[in-house]
This record gives sequence, structure tokens and C-alpha cells, in this order.
Amino acid sequence: MALMADPARTPEEELARRRRRNSIALGLVLGALVLIFYALTIVKVGPGVITQRDL
Amino acid sequence: MAFVDHSKDYVAVAGGARVEDYLALLKPRVMSLVVFTAIIGLLLAPGGINPVVGLIAILCIAIGAGGSGALNMWYDADIDRIMSRTANRPIPAGRVSREEALTLGLVCSGFSVMILGLATNWVAAALLAFTIFFYAVIYTMWLKRSTPQNIVIGGAAGAFPPMIGWAAVTGDITLPSIVLFLIIFLWTPPHFWALALYKQGDYGAAGIPMLPNVAGEQATKVQIVVYTIILVATTLVPSFIGMSGALYTAVAVVTGAAFLYLSLRLYRATDTAMKKVARSVFTFSLSYLFVIFLALITDRVAQAAGWL
Repeated sequence: MALMADPARTPEEELARRRRRNSIALGLVLGALVLIFYALTIVKVGPGVITQRDL
Repeated sequence: MAFVDHSKDYVAVAGGARVEDYLALLKPRVMSLVVFTAIIGLLLAPGGINPVVGLIAILCIAIGAGGSGALNMWYDADIDRIMSRTANRPIPAGRVSREEALTLGLVCSGFSVMILGLATNWVAAALLAFTIFFYAVIYTMWLKRSTPQNIVIGGAAGAFPPMIGWAAVTGDITLPSIVLFLIIFLWTPPHFWALALYKQGDYGAAGIPMLPNVAGEQATKVQIVVYTIILVATTLVPSFIGMSGALYTAVAVVTGAAFLYLSLRLYRATDTAMKKVARSVFTFSLSYLFVIFLALITDRVAQAAGWL
């Protein structure tokens, strides 16, 4: 398998390191999606959501 | 880089690729041109768009373009392996498996279309979906390997982004957005045929029927000149339909004349000089498109600010 980056690491260590980095990247993408949906909701709903409510 | 040494001899391990390899599947260089033209389309469109929605729309167009790039690499892995320009892409180099590329392509495409529809409107989303379909299926799976006119028709996929940006604001397709589409559509053939002229050995080895391999160098040079003339004429249309003013017209005339001059030099060049001129036509055409679109938006901003 193509895991020869650093001679100091074994292929297993290198694979674990890459999977960890990929998981972090995927986590960041999911976080970005949450932010996008949150921002979109706020923009679409607008300030009316507060002003129209009887508090 | 030690990682890629002899990597063609290895089989990619699921999840064993680097983040950079997955990003490379999204063709970031193509994506940057797509983002640029989409932003111009979005800014030129009449009416306004909420900046957050605009930003999300551009992101969706970029991810959609990236998804279609990954689908292209998934399908083209066999020919990418043969051409020197593409042999080091993640799949032929053995760093990412084809299945991973397919999954990434489908997920990016699906999410980008859905979010664009929810954020802006479904005309823009439908245009994005059609663009991805056009690039991945019509161009990659069908035209690319079957006709020397592949990039003429396939170029439409790269021409849609400013139209999508425009539709994200207005929700419709109008003459100015079609003009933006036409400029990129007509720019694509001379741009790629110039590349094909100095890389024809590569395309020939991979069995891709590019025009220089099928119709010959001379016929390709004639087609480049013809398309450049039509392109330059089309870049003047915005001046006549009230889309832009004197600043844009001046830039379009000067850069258009330079492009025509270069294509005529290519027409007259032979042998080794030809490859050199072809390379300069290719690099010039990249800057040309950038300058034309930049001039469109600069002209609009200058007019709005009352400088012109």
C-alpha cells in the first residue's frame, strides 16, 4: 500500500495518522455545514421572528 | 515527495489517502476559475442578494464544480494514467481508490445542488445540477472519447457558472447571462486546442480524439483563428446591449486584438516554433478570460460610483 511518507513511522502508524487527519477534516466539513444551515435560517427568517412575537 | 515514489505499484487503502489527495480530486485550479466567473455573474446581476446567501451560493457552485471534477477523475482514471499531464492525479498515482472518488463526487454534487436550491432558488440549483450532469456524463463519459469536437460542446459545462451566479440573484435566465455563457463557451475551443497542439502526443497515446490528432495541425490552427474571431466579436456584445460602458469596450478591443494577433501568429508558425506559440496562446487565453470578466465588473463598479 502507498504509505511510505516518513521512514520514522511504520505503515500502520502512518495509516492511523492519516485516518485521524481525515476524520478531523470531515469534522470540520460537518461543522461548516451546521454553520451554513444556521446562518441560512437566520437570514431567511430575518428579524421578524423576534418582532412578531408577543413577549 | 517520498509518498508518491513508485506509488503506481500500490493499491490505495480506503481512508489511507491524505486530505490533500481528496482536495486534488476536486480540481482546485478549475474550481478557482469557476468561482471567479460565478462571482462576476452574481455581482453583475440586477437586484441584490444577501451577502451571506451570496457567499453560500458561491460555495455551492465551487463544491458542485469540485464534485463534477471528482466524477471526471473517477471515470477517466484509465486515460489519466497514460497522459504525462494527468499521470500524477490521485487515482492513477494509486493514492485514492476509484470508489472513494465516485463517493466524494456524488456527495459533493448532491449537497451543493440541494443547499443552493434552499439558499437561493431552484432555477440556479437546476442549472448547477445540469452543469454537473453535462460535465460528468455528456462530456466525460460520451463526447471526450468519441468526437474531436469534444471540447466545443463540453465547453458549455465550464461556461455555466456565471449563469448560475446570475440566476442565484434573479431566479431567471436573461440575455446578459447568456452573453456571459457565450464568452466562456467560445473561449474554450481556442484555449484547449492550443494546449492540444503542444500536448498532442499525450492525447494521441490515450486515444482521445483531439482535433490536432484527428484533423491535423493546420485544420486546428484555422479553427483556433475562426473561434477567436467569433469570441472577440461576442465580447463586444455587452457594449451594445447596455451591459457595460467605455472602459469595458476599450479593454475588450485591446485584449481581443492581442488574442487575434497571437492566434494568427500560431496560424503561420511551424514545427518547434509552433509549439512555443501554441503554449503562449494557451497561457494568454487564461489571462484574457480573467481580464475580460474583471473589466466587466470594474466597468459596472466605475459606473455605479459615477467615475465614468
